[in-house]
Amino acid sequence: MKLPRQGRMRAAFVMLIAFVLQSIPLPTALDVVRPPLLVLAVVYWSLRAPGIGGIGSGFLAGLALDVYRGALFGQYALATTLVAYVGVRQHLLIRNQTPFQQGLFVFASLVAWEFVVWLIDGWTGQPTGNWSRWLPVLSGTVAWPLVAWLLERGDTHAQR
Amino acid sequence: MAAFASGKRYLSQRSAPIDLRFVGYAAACVALMFFDQRGGWLESVRYGLRATAYPLELALSSPSAAWRFTREIFEERAALQAENRALRDENRKLQLLAMQRARLERDNAELRALATGATDVVEQWLPADVIGSETTSLKQRLTVDRGAVNGVFEGQAVIAGAGLIGQSLRVGPWSTEIILLSDPEHAVPVQLTRTGVRTLALGSGESGLLSLPYLPLQTDVRAGDQLITSGLGGVFPAGIPVAEITEVRRDGNSPLAQVRARAYAAFDRDRIVSFIWPRAAHPATGGKPRAERGGDPDARKLPVTEPEPAR
Repeated sequence: MKLPRQGRMRAAFVMLIAFVLQSIPLPTALDVVRPPLLVLAVVYWSLRAPGIGGIGSGFLAGLALDVYRGALFGQYALATTLVAYVGVRQHLLIRNQTPFQQGLFVFASLVAWEFVVWLIDGWTGQPTGNWSRWLPVLSGTVAWPLVAWLLERGDTHAQR
Repeated sequence: MAAFASGKRYLSQRSAPIDLRFVGYAAACVALMFFDQRGGWLESVRYGLRATAYPLELALSSPSAAWRFTREIFEERAALQAENRALRDENRKLQLLAMQRARLERDNAELRALATGATDVVEQWLPADVIGSETTSLKQRLTVDRGAVNGVFEGQAVIAGAGLIGQSLRVGPWSTEIILLSDPEHAVPVQLTRTGVRTLALGSGESGLLSLPYLPLQTDVRAGDQLITSGLGGVFPAGIPVAEITEVRRDGNSPLAQVRARAYAAFDRDRIVSFIWPRAAHPATGGKPRAERGGDPDARKLPVTEPEPAR
């Protein structure tokens, strides 16, 4: 199994794509409901191949978000690290669940992710926004099956 | 089972300290946040990271930039044409306004000249626009847009600009034909201001030029002398500036001097003329009541422009 090497490259590439898709400027109306694709990718790699993605990739992805969004340094990093950690920790359990239950797990992960960011915003005196900041959690959950399917397909193709 | 085993292997290799790693990363995050919030010395780090992220940002914004660029190219032609059209319209409008403004300025200047040109023998004056002119060597006429309904009567003195220009000849209800001083059939009784000599100034047939053929050779007259109306004849009130002597020729062939004068009023340029009503009781008018000098008495009751207060 040559997962680690190639897989690492693939994971990095996919995350870069996800980061780009999450950062491309969009009209505000679309921007509020844009799913957090980078977080979804982190969750996916945590569940699918904890040895490849894992906590470190979550940390790096979070730092990238911090830099790009101009947030407090480490804010998104902490949230994404947490999500990656839970994913890696539970990946054996989650993998055996039905897709619906996996969706629930993703939803919970996204809620936790946004909650941590929201919490830190509040503690550090940043503006916390209104209810619309939770919209990406919903859209991310909705987008999850598609994202998972696409990545799964890419994986099986790559392994062939 | 194999998958499980391999997962287990990963777990055994890496996940034994996984909680530890998480704690480590989390601690790093908290430390970062703490220093970022407190010290601000992470600004330079952030600055550097932003600098490395700049190419990425550029790449991220390039699709929308490219889209804008192409759209601009295609819209450019239409937009420029539309803008051009709008500017043309605007320009035409502004040119019209400028022309109107220039006209108003000229009108204003002429009206001021009329007002100052009217002497105190003038009781009322009525401005009129020139709507037609005929200036041949046989006929020097103007048509203006005021007539009997405005109180204009036949044989009424008309001034323009700096002096007398003629008198009304044929009065219609809404327009009047004016015979100019320079018409060959016209004569105006004048007086030389320097010497008081009275004579007649006849029209020469050339625009603005008068001739004074009845001055004897020995008359004291020279170029530069001023002519005013003498008030004789009952048509023109006395004292209105008429012309300036331009040329005096004396030769032995004739007992009379050949004298030419140029009218003060610019016959070919003035576009506003003014009918005047002399003050009835003024001695210069000969004391005749106005009604006796012709015209329609009823028409005179119609409103005309009030005169400048006499000074």
